[in-house]
Amino acid sequence: MRRARTLIAFALAALALAAVARAELPTGISRPDSERGLSQQDLGAQLYAGNCASCHGIGGRGVPDTNKLRGAGDVKGEGPPLAGVGAEAADLYLTTGFMPLQNPHQQPWRRKVEFTPKELAAITRYVASLAPGPPIPHPNATAGNVSTGFHLFTENCAGCHQAAAEGGYVPNARVPRIKADTPTQIAEAVRVGPYLMPKFSRRHLSDRQLNSIIAYIQALKKPDDAGGWGIGHIGPVPEGIVTWFIAAVALIALCVVIGERRRA
Amino acid sequence: MIRRVVGFLDSRSGGAPFIRATLRYLFPDHWSFLLGEVALYAFAVLLATGIYLTFFFHPSLADTVYHGSYAPLQGQKMSEAYKSVVDISFRVKAGLLIRQTHHWAADVFMAAIVLHLMRIFFTGAFRKPRELTYVVGVLLLFTTLLEGYLGYSMVDDLLSGMGLAIGYGVALSIPFIGGNLALLIWGAPFPGDPSFESRMYIAHVLLLPALIATLIVVHLVLVASRHHTQFRRPQRGAGDRRLLGVPMFPAQVPRSLGLMLGVAALLFFLGGLIQINPIWLWGPYHVAQGTNGAQPDWYLGWLIGALRLVPSFDVTIGGYTVVPNPFWGGALFPLVVLAVLLGWPWIERRISGDRGFHNALDRPRDAPGRTAFGAALLSWVFLIFFAGSADRIYLFLGWSYEAQIWIYRGLVFVLPIVVFLITRRVCRELQQIDAVDRRREAGEAETRTAGVSASRA
Amino acid sequence: MRRLRAYAFAFGAMLGVATGRGRRKRIVPEGPKAPAAELWVVALLLLSAVFAVGFIVVYATGHWPNRTQFEGIALGGSLAFMAAALIVIGKRLVVTEELTEDYPEQEHLREQVEVSQIVRESGSRFTRKRLMQGAAGAAASALGLAFLAPVLSLGPALDTDELRWSPWARGKRLVSEDGNPLKASEIEENTFYTAYPEHSSRNDIAAPVVIVRLSPQALKLPRARRGWAPQGILAYSKICTHAGCAIALYRKPTFPPIEPTPALVCPCHYSTFDPATGGSVLFGPAGRPLPQLPLAIDGAGHLRAAGNFSGPVGPSWWGVRKKPAIRPKGLE
Repeated sequence: MRRARTLIAFALAALALAAVARAELPTGISRPDSERGLSQQDLGAQLYAGNCASCHGIGGRGVPDTNKLRGAGDVKGEGPPLAGVGAEAADLYLTTGFMPLQNPHQQPWRRKVEFTPKELAAITRYVASLAPGPPIPHPNATAGNVSTGFHLFTENCAGCHQAAAEGGYVPNARVPRIKADTPTQIAEAVRVGPYLMPKFSRRHLSDRQLNSIIAYIQALKKPDDAGGWGIGHIGPVPEGIVTWFIAAVALIALCVVIGERRRA
Repeated sequence: MIRRVVGFLDSRSGGAPFIRATLRYLFPDHWSFLLGEVALYAFAVLLATGIYLTFFFHPSLADTVYHGSYAPLQGQKMSEAYKSVVDISFRVKAGLLIRQTHHWAADVFMAAIVLHLMRIFFTGAFRKPRELTYVVGVLLLFTTLLEGYLGYSMVDDLLSGMGLAIGYGVALSIPFIGGNLALLIWGAPFPGDPSFESRMYIAHVLLLPALIATLIVVHLVLVASRHHTQFRRPQRGAGDRRLLGVPMFPAQVPRSLGLMLGVAALLFFLGGLIQINPIWLWGPYHVAQGTNGAQPDWYLGWLIGALRLVPSFDVTIGGYTVVPNPFWGGALFPLVVLAVLLGWPWIERRISGDRGFHNALDRPRDAPGRTAFGAALLSWVFLIFFAGSADRIYLFLGWSYEAQIWIYRGLVFVLPIVVFLITRRVCRELQQIDAVDRRREAGEAETRTAGVSASRA
Repeated sequence: MRRLRAYAFAFGAMLGVATGRGRRKRIVPEGPKAPAAELWVVALLLLSAVFAVGFIVVYATGHWPNRTQFEGIALGGSLAFMAAALIVIGKRLVVTEELTEDYPEQEHLREQVEVSQIVRESGSRFTRKRLMQGAAGAAASALGLAFLAPVLSLGPALDTDELRWSPWARGKRLVSEDGNPLKASEIEENTFYTAYPEHSSRNDIAAPVVIVRLSPQALKLPRARRGWAPQGILAYSKICTHAGCAIALYRKPTFPPIEPTPALVCPCHYSTFDPATGGSVLFGPAGRPLPQLPLAIDGAGHLRAAGNFSGPVGPSWWGVRKKPAIRPKGLE
């Protein structure tokens, strides 16, 4: 009887622990207990304080060196100031799931967005309110010219993002495949230059040129696979895989069928 | 009717005895003996599709502007060569099918040659009296590598331009003569004289195919004159002296024709269903442009791997460049592999002291040293080949590129030795298992005969 | 009557031939009949024909989507069915005999001896063999060289100076891809630009340069290059010194304290160059720094070259380091 009770107690404790782990782990996000009565600005400020301030500093002043400040998930931060980056950068980093990072030395990479749309809007607004900065851009891909876009893409983007926008490598970092990005996110990334990406101002690439680039990337989302199965659009590596794992295997099988031991 | 045709031919050519012997030429049977045939048929498909492509390809680097059906290239400046290949893909009916089949056939041709070479190597088929056949085969492999490289290089799309730049860098890096050689081939500093395109073209569609065809004929004549090798089947008399097989006609011909059509069928299926080298996505080439992760076709992947693995250094004497970096990975490495492969029959003879004639094949376990060396060489080349796609592995699996490169740099020295030792061990163990089996069988047979004689007594 | 006799004769002759053929010993042994396999073959061949006709139909009916895929299936299918028919013939219908025969003679000793004897004896009238061989060797090699000499027309093989040619020189303006002169004030930090020499060919390995701007405090250029980067604007050859691909990547940190330093990268083998220190190699296989182009800003604020590159452009060759980049003769 006693043993049974201990067992039940253990089981309950385990369940509780599991529940806590479950509740904590997947969302590395800290939220205000209740959103009721909070203005958008206050909600943004609270979410910022809970999820961003450990790296970006109080009021977006930045954390140039490792300091004692710890944030959600006990992250010790180091990060750039956010005053003046505007809604443009905030929207890019938050809607792609680049931020928040688990650890400031990580490369921002496309992840599931943990914030709700309402929360996103609140933080974006809060960051934009820190200092005047660029607003969220509104590119118009339909106004762009696909051919001009192709040319500009090869000129400015293909070196890192690969000719068919399938992503790639630059020393010390991965380059994302940008086909999942919305036109707004592409426009933001071009103007902001996240992580190791160069930033292109309006003087460097006009809004019209940017529209063309976006039009081409939109076209690349459904590339003209006139030749059949596109096998990833990165050229020779998957072609070699097909050669060996489909063609060579099929041919060996054919040889075995034809050349198996014959009975006299 | 048949008799009349034969009679006509024989009285004009005197060929009846030859045809009579050919019909009953014997083919020993094992599936792996068909790999060379696969390569031959892939070459036939290459010739047929290649001839068709020459009717539409325009080997010229002259500037032109695209006004075809593919919208993203509309109005872009490009070379005549690139434009003609885009047109083959989109405008010429069945052009894309033939173009893709041609490219797949090249990839498969090379794969079949490599498989065939592995079969020859690991069974010791290259031994006396077939060293010449083997040497011609290895030369064929390297000639076809060059042929394939020229094939995708003359299209003048972004990838092929980058590949040519690398080829130019490797040519320049050869000590003493590199600068002269590269200028001779290209006619001017990169991207070269406009005539460079026609040089590639004539080499790709005439010089090298003629060389390859000649080497294939020599290869086949040598094979036929010494007859095929075979695995031993002592109970049926097949060994070093007697050949056991099925005759060319009627047994082998339908099988070989079936294989030929099967190879062609696979290549046309691939050509129609799986996209290869979509040059309209890469765009035209310009010296100032590049795309991330530029790769060559698979059969040159080992060279890009080697080029990427060599650490940053040029050999210099007093500030004078003697050996530029690309030489190691791009020129010396393939030359070493070529030399080892070409020299292997004589190297092995030196080591084993075996100078006899061999018509019967070894099973890989029967020659642990050779098998271990072959496996080590293969693993070495494969590792470097694999290193050539480290950037893609990083992108897809998240393994740091820099860490991978350092690991491969170490493995290049360690892996072949480990593979050599393990393979040799496995071969010897297998041999011992065989020996135990044989002794047991002999023992069982002895007890059986002993039992019989005992019961008689 | 005569006609009848003639018929009978012909019939008898035919019979005679037939029976005569029947008396000959078979070479290829007889096997059992396999009517089912024959039917299979016929079916496969007909399918092959259907697919082949299908290909012609697809080809003829013109431009529909996925045309190439249908063409591939039709042609591949036709070939595949014919292959299957032949394999059935080979495995079920023709006789598969296993025969043995001796391998061909390993060596023909008599002929070997005779060949060498013939060659030797044919030369018995030559008394000055050495001299003859020498003369023949000289003639053959001279003629060979004479045949080879025209090969030199392919390129300036004897003079490698052309490898060092560069269209840049003091005073050349830098223009963008669309031909507009670049102004120093337009060049921003954290991004990169491609520029070409004004009024020169662009399809030349030494033409394109990549321009970046760093804060002047971040520069660590060699002492001899002081003044090459006015306002922190730097120009480097866009061609990698490793294997000649274009430096199409610029890596710039958003938050320099914890992110990698700015770098120019080649996408072929990932040679990585440091723009702050004069193009020195940070990572990858390149063995030589990226050639730097000295810059100046003219009165109108335009960027101009202040001289030629710090070294020859493009992949390295024998002795490249000691040699400066030069202007082609016509332009000097």
